[in-house]
Amino acid sequence: MNYIFYFLIVVSIIAGAINGKLSDVVNAILSGAELSVKVAFSLIGIMAFWLGMMKIAEKCGLIEIISKLIKPVTKKMFNEIPENSPAIGDIAMSFSANAFGLTNAATPIGIKAMEELQKNNTDKNSASNAMCMFLAMNTAGFQLIPATVIAVLIGIGYKNPTEIIAPTLLVTTIAFISAILLAKLFQRFWSPQENKEVNP
Amino acid sequence: MTFQSVMNVISLWALPFIILLILTMGLVKKVPIYEVFTDGAKDGFKVAVNIIPYLVAIIVAISMFRASGIIEMLENALSGILAQIHVPADVIPVMIVRSLSGSAALGVFSDIANTLGPDDYATKLSAIMVGSSETTFYVLAVYFGAVGISKLRYALLVGLLADIIGIVAAVCVCNWMFL
Repeated sequence: MNYIFYFLIVVSIIAGAINGKLSDVVNAILSGAELSVKVAFSLIGIMAFWLGMMKIAEKCGLIEIISKLIKPVTKKMFNEIPENSPAIGDIAMSFSANAFGLTNAATPIGIKAMEELQKNNTDKNSASNAMCMFLAMNTAGFQLIPATVIAVLIGIGYKNPTEIIAPTLLVTTIAFISAILLAKLFQRFWSPQENKEVNP
Repeated sequence: MTFQSVMNVISLWALPFIILLILTMGLVKKVPIYEVFTDGAKDGFKVAVNIIPYLVAIIVAISMFRASGIIEMLENALSGILAQIHVPADVIPVMIVRSLSGSAALGVFSDIANTLGPDDYATKLSAIMVGSSETTFYVLAVYFGAVGISKLRYALLVGLLADIIGIVAAVCVCNWMFL
């Protein structure tokens, strides 16, 4: 991440200078910083709502039931997470919310899952294998219906916007499966985390 | 019922159903739902504030990147090669931007759709590319930021490789179905 961060900024400044857009690049710092805070603050309300809901779901045993239902799948994917961890249920809920395009619910629930995964993490500064797997699932963006895209297509008078669903689903499935396989592969070859805590 | 209308019903009912299920089950199991809800909700503010530094780092870097004109430079550099596999030059910004910024990708796509119209191949290809992806950098910043993790190990690499595979798959599927 250090190199990516450096690369993005240095390349921007150099390219900005070459293209005579250096002032735009500098202005982008201000607008980007403003946007970040806007994004974060716009999350507060919906985050509070779903974290509250998920707490009830956890207390009444719903998360546990979901965890048990999907255990056969997740056992292979998240082999470092204890079987009775609420993280598994959270991951399942977050995945379903994403699949149905419920982005507002998916992000808070996903963050809740990350917090649960962090409890099992041995080095609190670095990503555990389970976290990398969960993020691989999320960055691939598996979604059954691309609702926003369809809305744009309907807006321009596209005759049969639903014909886009099947190819999109095929592509997103390919990306999703590749992401999981890649995460599994890297898990094996990447240098393991430091074990900083005696009793995780 | 078509697949589409089934999906519409599910999308409409999914959230109300989950909320009803959680609250009802909570009440049946004698969980003090109001207290537990407010207790859980307290973390909302904390989490949102926690992710600000991570979001600032990512969003500022990406805003600078987009403002620098480098995407246009890449577009010129890549257009020759990509034309060979039937990728129109208009779609190149979508390919580059979709891992960086979701709103930008959607913006470029709307632009293509509105200027080239519904029958153009570029509209279809960019629709599939935008519809099949999630913004890798944003997801990483928010999820890792929320728990304070700054060493991502291989997470970014996996996300970007999967994005590239997704782009290749989109080009192949679109070539096969719409050419």
